[in-house]
Amino acid sequence: MISFILIILMSLIFTGIVIRTKSITSGRKGPGIFQPLKDLARLFKKGSVYSQTTSFIFQLAPSVYLASILMAVLVIPLGQYKGILSFEGDFVFFAYVLGAGKFFSILSAMDTGSSFEGMGASREALFSMFAEPAFFLLMGSFALLTGYTSFQQIFHSLHFGSSVSYVLMVLATYVLVMIALIENSRMPIDDPKTHLELTMVHEVMVLDNSGFDLGMILYGTPLKLAMYGGLIANLFMGDFPLVLTIPIFLGLQIAFAVTVGIIESFMARFRMNHNAQYILTLSSVSLLILLGVLLILGQFN
Amino acid sequence: MNPIGVFMLFIGIAIVFIPLVSVERKGIVALATVIGIAMVSSIPAIASLTGNPFEYVLQGSQITGRIPVRIDALSGWFILVLNFTFITGAWYGLQYMKAYRQQREMLSLHAISYILVFAGLIAISALQHSMAFLIAWEIMALSSFFLIIFERHRAEVIKAGINYLIQSHVCIILLTLGFIWVAMNENSYDFNAIVQFTEKRPSSVGLALFLCLFSGFAIKAGFVPFHTWLPYAHPAAPAHVSGVMSGVIIKIGIYGILRMLLLVRTDFLVLGYILLFLSVLTGIYGVMLAIIQHNLKKLLAYHSIENIGIIGMAIGLGCIGIGKGNPGLVALGFSGALLHTLNHSLFKSLLFYAAGHVYQATHTMDIEKLGGLVKKMPHTTLLFLVASLAICGLPPFNGFVSEFLIYTGMFRALPGSDFALLSLLVLGFFGLALIGGLAMFCFTKAVGTVFLGSPRHPFAHDPGEAGWAKLMPMYVIVVLLLGIGLFPGVFVSLLSKPVELYSFISSGNGLPGIFPAVETLSGIGWGAAIFLVLAGLIFWLRTRWVMNRVQTYDQTWACGYEGDTGKMQYTASSFVRAYRKLVEPVLSIHKKKKEITGIFPVTAGQETHPGDKIEEWFIDLPVKGLKKFFNRFIFLQNGNLQFYILYGVVFITLVLVLPLVIEYFSALIQFLNSI
Repeated sequence: MISFILIILMSLIFTGIVIRTKSITSGRKGPGIFQPLKDLARLFKKGSVYSQTTSFIFQLAPSVYLASILMAVLVIPLGQYKGILSFEGDFVFFAYVLGAGKFFSILSAMDTGSSFEGMGASREALFSMFAEPAFFLLMGSFALLTGYTSFQQIFHSLHFGSSVSYVLMVLATYVLVMIALIENSRMPIDDPKTHLELTMVHEVMVLDNSGFDLGMILYGTPLKLAMYGGLIANLFMGDFPLVLTIPIFLGLQIAFAVTVGIIESFMARFRMNHNAQYILTLSSVSLLILLGVLLILGQFN
Repeated sequence: MNPIGVFMLFIGIAIVFIPLVSVERKGIVALATVIGIAMVSSIPAIASLTGNPFEYVLQGSQITGRIPVRIDALSGWFILVLNFTFITGAWYGLQYMKAYRQQREMLSLHAISYILVFAGLIAISALQHSMAFLIAWEIMALSSFFLIIFERHRAEVIKAGINYLIQSHVCIILLTLGFIWVAMNENSYDFNAIVQFTEKRPSSVGLALFLCLFSGFAIKAGFVPFHTWLPYAHPAAPAHVSGVMSGVIIKIGIYGILRMLLLVRTDFLVLGYILLFLSVLTGIYGVMLAIIQHNLKKLLAYHSIENIGIIGMAIGLGCIGIGKGNPGLVALGFSGALLHTLNHSLFKSLLFYAAGHVYQATHTMDIEKLGGLVKKMPHTTLLFLVASLAICGLPPFNGFVSEFLIYTGMFRALPGSDFALLSLLVLGFFGLALIGGLAMFCFTKAVGTVFLGSPRHPFAHDPGEAGWAKLMPMYVIVVLLLGIGLFPGVFVSLLSKPVELYSFISSGNGLPGIFPAVETLSGIGWGAAIFLVLAGLIFWLRTRWVMNRVQTYDQTWACGYEGDTGKMQYTASSFVRAYRKLVEPVLSIHKKKKEITGIFPVTAGQETHPGDKIEEWFIDLPVKGLKKFFNRFIFLQNGNLQFYILYGVVFITLVLVLPLVIEYFSALIQFLNSI
């Protein structure tokens, strides 16, 4: 319950922090951190324009997309405190429910019959397909290390004792950050600020959405980022009491947002046609984590 | 009067009756018979699932000996799955075949074959006698051949049918070999002889026997590399036959494997490793090829191969559980396998039925020619969409439940596993996650290009929605898809009896607490329900909110271009282009390209034809070699009737004379020895 509220709160200012970081690093005055919220509020008030080609799927998809992210947020724990939904193997549910949302967002892009949106849809489907094994290998390694299979139990009993485990933590953070960036189509996979349809992923899929629907889709991005931020924060919390976990959680989330901002300020976007291979290498980083876990468990003795 | 006799008499009467009734009534008689058979067979099946297995021993003849008919929980589960899909298939087929009413004789044959396949499949599930089993198997194989070749005037249909006929007989040869091996040593055709046969011998013998039988069943089920008949047979058959074939007929191969696992005593750990490895391969290969298909039904056929892979993974996990003495893993593995069998039969038949609507509305299965059907066929689109979500294993539908069981099984197997098992499990995670992602890629392509966007090709007749009679059986399936997704615990606890059968080796005293998984399953049930409610709520709120705002309808944004954008749409090929580029080295994709040249270019174009590398290596190459070899004897087939009669005479003479000659020779040798 606490984690849900914290993630929702964090999602309200997440993109604000990212944009603020970007403006500071590029020496601009920049908008305040609540600007994205104001933009959303404006979108919610607007009317909509629908394409004549679209069908009921186009109307339905944004709602399902937002619902899927909210469902995924429900299973995220806060240190030793369970998420609203918590059961054995809940991270499988987490990954698949996000998949359901993605399925609908891809379909809604195909529904417009636009060549650009098809392009984005194809890329989104391809990239997320390659990101999925990395996530499962990562969680599999943790399950092997702790002997549990739910988020809360895994994070609760994740003890980093030996020096190998620090490396593991760094690697795991790296994998989760990259997955978060891929899932949200941020830099270095995709540059949300380019305005060339041929090289966009996520943004090009929502070209025809407007008004309330667009607002929901756009709100999905900070929500997803804050959700992955929550996962990353959980890696570091162990079983501290609430007084400590909440500041750690918020601090790590803000650090994550600043990192995203810095990445977007100083990195160039990768070549689109090599992205798929790049994403597949994430699985090999996950495999490294698995090997590290085996090392800790003494499988190599 | 014995119950089996009644059952056979019932089928016999129906078969005689069908050719006699008028063409409008043939389908109704067939449907009534199918429902009758289903009701009769459901009684012992349900009883067996509640713990009262049915057993009846037929007297048989001197050759066969007594024929035991046993419906235990495993048979019961498969019979129930068969019954449901065959009823919806007959119900749907009744409407689907209305378009072919002028072909009276073919319809009779079709209806009879349909009933025979059904009866054959139930007999296969119930008979525990290898000879009777093979006879039932042959009846099933031959009648499904007739089902496939319904549109016999099309050359590719006949080709696919013959391909199927040959491969299903290779399957029968392998099964016969395995059963003869046992019968020779034990002098009994009862399946229990397999237990006795393998118990006394080293585990390698059991393994060899299992692999022999497994190869046979694997051809039926469609495991890679035995899958090559499947992608031809499914597109060739009428939609309801494809649905039933993919839904349950290939599952009888899974039943065979599961049955043999109950009988063969061997090293289950090795067996589990082999099964798991082969299944991951099957799953990934199936879906990898599915993505690049241009024919909608062929795409679905490759997905059947993928799902057989998923079922196989679950069986492999169960075997590893038996081998390791881990009852939790046994429960998860086998319940995952059995549940996925049911799930796949539901959503795959639904997908094929929906594809049948598309075929009857547009007369093509070429994905590149379809598009924008959602406006003409909203129900079909919705049904196909739901089935796609289910087959991708996405909540809140049923596919997620069985995949979840398999994931949980793999995570349960992790602690305390040695290096070999660990690497296999990692392959399993990697495989299952990749299969999930690839399936999503494939079905977004299928739904997106077939149903969404705007039309890509003009049709002679405007495509229209199928009637309610056709849609009804499909909505019935949707209810079950959602039911299993929302109440997984109910369905998995039904599986407790079949799964208990597999506890014979692990602990001896059944499975402790039967299902550790049922509690967790209520978690995903709740998750699915909340997801459904939440999405509904958000959609409702949004609709209420948007209602009071300005809503306008306009063209799709095409960067300022205002003309006809139908041809500018992303096609299926362009959707998968990036993927195709990546997998080109692994798969065999034949490309034909004509570049634009010169100042005044004429026509240019590009074609891609997805091939099947395994088929090219394992089927086409050996066939080519065989053809080359047998072509040397072509002089024997010279077209002269006299020669053929001569061959007959020579054959008969040889058959008659050879034994005599041998006898004389042996007498001669004996005589020589004696002096």
